[in-house]
Amino acid sequence: MRPARRAVWLLAALAGVALGGPWLAPYNPSAAHRGYVHAPPMWPRPWEGFAIHPVVLEDRLQQRFVEDRTRTVPWPWAQAADPVFLLGADRTGRDVFSRVLAGARASLGLGLLAVLGATALGALLGAVAGARGGLADEILMRVADFVLILPVLYVVIVLRAVLPLVLAPGVVFLLMLAIFVLVGWPIVARGVRAVIARERLAEYVIASRAAGAGSRHVLWHHLLPACAGHVAVQASLLLPGFILAEATLSYLGLGFPDTVPTWGTMLREAADINELSRFPWTLAPAAAIFAVTLATNAALQPVTEIARSSNPTSPDLQISR
Amino acid sequence: MLIFCARRILLALLLVWAVASAAFVLIHVAPGDETLVDFWGQAPEVREAARRRLGLDQPLAVQYGRWLSGAVRLEFGPSSLYSRPVGALLRERVINTAILATTALILAAVLGIVGGLYAATHTHGPGAWLARTASVVFLSTPPLLGSLLLVLVAARTGWLPPGGMSSDAGAAWWARWADLALHLPVPALALALPLAATLERVQAESLGGLLGQPFMNATRARGVRERDAVLRHAWPVSLGPVLGLYGLMIGTLFSGSFVVEVVTAWPGLGRLMVDALRARDLFLVAGTAAAGAACLAVGTLLGDLVQAGLDPRIREGR
Repeated sequence: MRPARRAVWLLAALAGVALGGPWLAPYNPSAAHRGYVHAPPMWPRPWEGFAIHPVVLEDRLQQRFVEDRTRTVPWPWAQAADPVFLLGADRTGRDVFSRVLAGARASLGLGLLAVLGATALGALLGAVAGARGGLADEILMRVADFVLILPVLYVVIVLRAVLPLVLAPGVVFLLMLAIFVLVGWPIVARGVRAVIARERLAEYVIASRAAGAGSRHVLWHHLLPACAGHVAVQASLLLPGFILAEATLSYLGLGFPDTVPTWGTMLREAADINELSRFPWTLAPAAAIFAVTLATNAALQPVTEIARSSNPTSPDLQISR
Repeated sequence: MLIFCARRILLALLLVWAVASAAFVLIHVAPGDETLVDFWGQAPEVREAARRRLGLDQPLAVQYGRWLSGAVRLEFGPSSLYSRPVGALLRERVINTAILATTALILAAVLGIVGGLYAATHTHGPGAWLARTASVVFLSTPPLLGSLLLVLVAARTGWLPPGGMSSDAGAAWWARWADLALHLPVPALALALPLAATLERVQAESLGGLLGQPFMNATRARGVRERDAVLRHAWPVSLGPVLGLYGLMIGTLFSGSFVVEVVTAWPGLGRLMVDALRARDLFLVAGTAAAGAACLAVGTLLGDLVQAGLDPRIREGR
């Protein structure tokens, strides 16, 4: 499959997860189950016909649970009397599995929308710079270069931190979206500009012009379609960086409030070393972020290799780290 | 060369000034200041008096002028969070961050280049598969995830201290160094592994592309052993793109160290900045931004000078 097509499929699949994830969650992600604080993961056992054993609280003070091997419970979606936590429960007895699924909407959704925004803005500005040339080109690319040399995470954190700390979740979402688009567009813009500046002088474009096509027609029907593949790949490479930025901001307490389940706010529990080492399943959202990053890198790595070997200092990869 | 150096240094100073000023203005324009935290719930007159004492009631331009004239003498005002001069705080924290970043950079360079050499010369078999898998996995493990995972491993196994920079190790210099060496692996590895993976990929590609070149065949035809041909003839040529990554790595290293310091409780610049931002400690925010920009500028400058030293085309400005 061509890389651009792989990128589009990947983004579509992740959008599906973001939309369908919360719907698949067996429990309310904010519901605290009494008596199940820090309950360990209950795994279906393949060698016992995927049976799940319930856990029983053994020591409330130590938060120690034992597995009751004599009983089996149905899968969590059956909503039986005993709750079943596939990935364990967190410090208030909420189902980590449901929270990871529900958090996909905020984390992945924010990332995907930011990718869309950065791509649209970057493509627009890159097209203007490439097609117009001259002063507009010079100014736009200087600004893009300046944004690119800044360490992205620092900029995002400073921008977020100078704004009021306590905001409604919806406002936080829009704010982070705006910040991500602001730091993400130059990567797309530079690529689009480079493609357009090259294609502008290609024979088919000159032929089209000679046949009487206006500059708008050339831009929409020849130049922008020529960038599509490049843009699709670049856009998907931005995604892991945005997801990670959300996680980092929320982890630092500068992102979503704790009441909203996102992968970042969930990771805040892992900030406590004692808690992290005793209840490692608090890292479940980290595994989700890793999975998305790995999928992106595995699907698009050959492309980044080509891009890098032709221009090793290309900043394409900066934000994904 | 002299003109080149002067231009670069001037640009670096400009960057530091711009970043620090931007941070100063941004944090002053932002709602709330340090007295909001320190005098929470007290009478407005008390808070107003504190603001006057700190000079926060003056117009922004006056405050900025006063701060800038201090900053050129490396005095960045007082920190309300730590009740100490910002300058002294910055000096210790910058050293800590530099220790961490330098260690990570060396680790990444060694691991990445050795891995790249291996991957380029072994394109088939289980070893090659392992190298490729490891590089994709590490590439997908950004410092936030890597440091959390390493902290978990360190805490559960007890092999290494999971956080901090030092524990009570006694006064002897060797004991303190050994203690530091024990605390370094967790944050340094978390920072180095994704960078090492990037370096490994670039090194493997640039070297792999050279192995079939005519000059390599000529070298082999003269009877040079394959090992020497790769290491002494191809490898130096292949280092160009690897060195080209340096500028990119400085920024990545910097962003990464921010996260790693917070997760592993490493008392560095990034951690200081998070604390300062949370407490709205105005002078500390501006100071950390200046110090951060200075670190970035020095790192980039060093890279530029090394590249200029190696490549006369850059030096001559062509």
